[in-house]
Amino acid sequence: MSNPLIEVRNLGIAFGRGAAAVPVVRGVSFALGREKLGIVGESGAGKSTVGRALMRLLPPAARVTADRMAFRDTDLLAASERQMMELRGRRMGLILQDPKYSLNPVVPVGEQIAEAWRLHHKGPAREARERTLAILEAVKIRDPARVARLYPHEISGGMGQRVMIAMMLIAGPDVVIADEPTSALDVTVRLEVLHLLDELIESRGLGLILISHDLNLVRRFCDRVVIMYAGRVMEILPAADLERAEHPYTRGLLASLPSIHRAQDRLPVLRRDPAWLAGAGGTP
Amino acid sequence: MIEVRDLVVRFGDAPPAVAGVSFAVETGETFGLVGESGCGKSTVLRALAGLNTDYGGEVRLDGTVLPPHRPRGFFKRVQMVFQDPYGSLHPRQTIQAQLLEPLRNQGMTPPADAVGAALDSVGLPRTAAFRYPHQLSGGQRQRVAIARALMLQPEVLLLDEPTSALDVSVQAEILNLLMDLRAQRGLTYILVSHDLAVVAHMCHRIAVMQGGRIVDGFDAATLRAGTPTHPYTQELLAASEAYGEAPAG
Amino acid sequence: MTATFSAPQGGLRAWLKTDAPRTVFQSAMQQLYRGWRRFATHPLGLAGLAVILLLVIAAVAAPWLTAYDPIAQDMVNRLQPPSAAHWFGTDEFGRDVFARVVYGARTTIYIILLVTIIVAPIGLLIGACAGYLGGWVDEVLMRVTDIFLSFPGLVLALGFAAALGPGITNAIIAIALTAWPPMARLARAEALSLRKADFIAAVRLQGASKTRIITRHILPMCLPSLVVRLTLNMAGIILTAAGLGFLGLGAQPPLPEWGAMVSTGREFMIDCPWVITAPGIAIAVVSLAFNLAGDALRDVLDPRSGE
Repeated sequence: MSNPLIEVRNLGIAFGRGAAAVPVVRGVSFALGREKLGIVGESGAGKSTVGRALMRLLPPAARVTADRMAFRDTDLLAASERQMMELRGRRMGLILQDPKYSLNPVVPVGEQIAEAWRLHHKGPAREARERTLAILEAVKIRDPARVARLYPHEISGGMGQRVMIAMMLIAGPDVVIADEPTSALDVTVRLEVLHLLDELIESRGLGLILISHDLNLVRRFCDRVVIMYAGRVMEILPAADLERAEHPYTRGLLASLPSIHRAQDRLPVLRRDPAWLAGAGGTP
Repeated sequence: MIEVRDLVVRFGDAPPAVAGVSFAVETGETFGLVGESGCGKSTVLRALAGLNTDYGGEVRLDGTVLPPHRPRGFFKRVQMVFQDPYGSLHPRQTIQAQLLEPLRNQGMTPPADAVGAALDSVGLPRTAAFRYPHQLSGGQRQRVAIARALMLQPEVLLLDEPTSALDVSVQAEILNLLMDLRAQRGLTYILVSHDLAVVAHMCHRIAVMQGGRIVDGFDAATLRAGTPTHPYTQELLAASEAYGEAPAG
Repeated sequence: MTATFSAPQGGLRAWLKTDAPRTVFQSAMQQLYRGWRRFATHPLGLAGLAVILLLVIAAVAAPWLTAYDPIAQDMVNRLQPPSAAHWFGTDEFGRDVFARVVYGARTTIYIILLVTIIVAPIGLLIGACAGYLGGWVDEVLMRVTDIFLSFPGLVLALGFAAALGPGITNAIIAIALTAWPPMARLARAEALSLRKADFIAAVRLQGASKTRIITRHILPMCLPSLVVRLTLNMAGIILTAAGLGFLGLGAQPPLPEWGAMVSTGREFMIDCPWVITAPGIAIAVVSLAFNLAGDALRDVLDPRSGE
């Protein structure tokens, strides 16, 4: 891929020091262009850790190593905290799972969105306010002026996620990392939020990394998929090709999903092969 | 086997969480209650179990109306498996103690090897008996929860989203286990879920709940064909398909 | 981690660390061992624990630690400064201060034990019952708790002294009776949140009686935070007892009690500072030790950590 937005080569993350260090992610490589890239895996696969590592948001106990981890021309590994603070929000956004926990409960949502703007742009409060209302409209919230005055506990889950999206997009990033953005939402609300995300990504030409445990969701929503297991990449392939996946873990995962439309006697159970832990797979 | 008539559950002054629900479940059947969060499906289950004694309407077991405070014998016939494997086991008791607890509470002396047999029946190693819940994985905890529910040899299992908190691969194992146990023991299941795929896989008949009421009911074949006619069910199906499983056909 | 190969040590270590415990006893011991390892990562907590151990040793082994009688008077040698013969000097009655400090540890232990025996069961039971049963039981029990909460410990002690005569036991009972309400509230708060837990619902669905649920399932969960709170409060209790002793309401002469020693030594504070220094430091150090140990204990026992 030429001019990737994000490039990761041989990423390794371990917690702890020396002999007691626990490797959590090993040999992960992928690249992100102006597309929707999904990172799929079960709990403990390391997908959220990778997402946080890209933003350098891991706790100090985490040791991140890589041959290359870059956003455009910035080396994310070597960047100073100051440089990272300028990147976060302004160039790279992060959407978290549950607005109940990711929004400040004692500040009205409008102020939180405006703060996201003011952190990266100097200007009068009036401009921040106008931009807040504009972005709230862009995320399809009716009556943005009223909603901006509400507190997080006064809005529904779906609306909270739209607020989170607004907060992340107002500063105009190039890349958005979404960590299980719809897992806490009902199925019908999920649809609306995903439609919205899709539209915004397309219209602004952003790159999206969608981290999820929901294989069905990722395969329908994303362009390409990274399958992770036990901290390693098993396979990277276009979402449309998932039916023809080659790695036994991917095939096993797909097979063990119950289906609405296909009657099955027993669900095939994924048998974990220790050989999968040996090497990293997939080409970026 | 189980019949529910005009069940109404209110919490305080708010509009009722369950606003008049009626359905019947045959012996040996698996009945599914599907809906989004807040529709009242878990509330129905808890009222059925007798955890919530403040309800209106009737619940019948084998034709006899059950008093809201369930008699002790009821629990030998109906048991429940909860959603969160991390919250349904006592954090500070060994697995063995938790498996023997139901027998003790019913005043029954445990038969020899009760714990070992229970662990065998859910596919857990016997060494799990002396472990504490935090030493087990989510799937293993859910197996213990199922084993515990089966200690009193019930005929009916109420399953409250038994696999929502589990990984996909673990979910498959647990669903298979539930199907095996159903076949071996002739159990009747009432399964509550928000996941249409799980419900389509496990259930014979399904009811859709919205806003505290049942708005649609059909059998599994109809669901698989994608032909339910109620607009809300259509919406649920469409949502599962749009960014989810491919549509039928 | 591999076991060492020296037979008994390796065996015990492996037994404690194995993944598959084979008896309930082994499992329980493993939990204890893990808790201890956790505790041992807090150097300050370990220091606190060491001091508490020293306190216990001093109390138990007092006759072996000092040859002097803490009560026998020796007016010839009164108010001697610290020397080789008298490590902490002598007080106004010629008694060896070191001996009185060491024997005073017994009084301190007596205070701690008596308070715990009164406060822990009362607080636990009242709080757990109020929290789990709710309704009018909760109301009544909490109002009773409020009544006791409204008494300041010192005032109650004065009242007890007036009614029953001064003495260390009466003073302790007075302190304990005002120390249990916060424990009850703590237990109640835990019971309230546990009431909604799925594992409690599961036990209800087995037909368990309310008594069984409270005693077997709720109380064990309330215990850790209660133990931590009690340990942290112990410092305050010791200080209050010392204060009562200072006022002459607690331990009566000639019983060696650190607070009383500070009180009577006041007169000679300027010229003979050693009389009050040793007991004063003892009070401060033991209180601090309980605080430090309690902090470390909280980290080990905090149920919110998931263990």
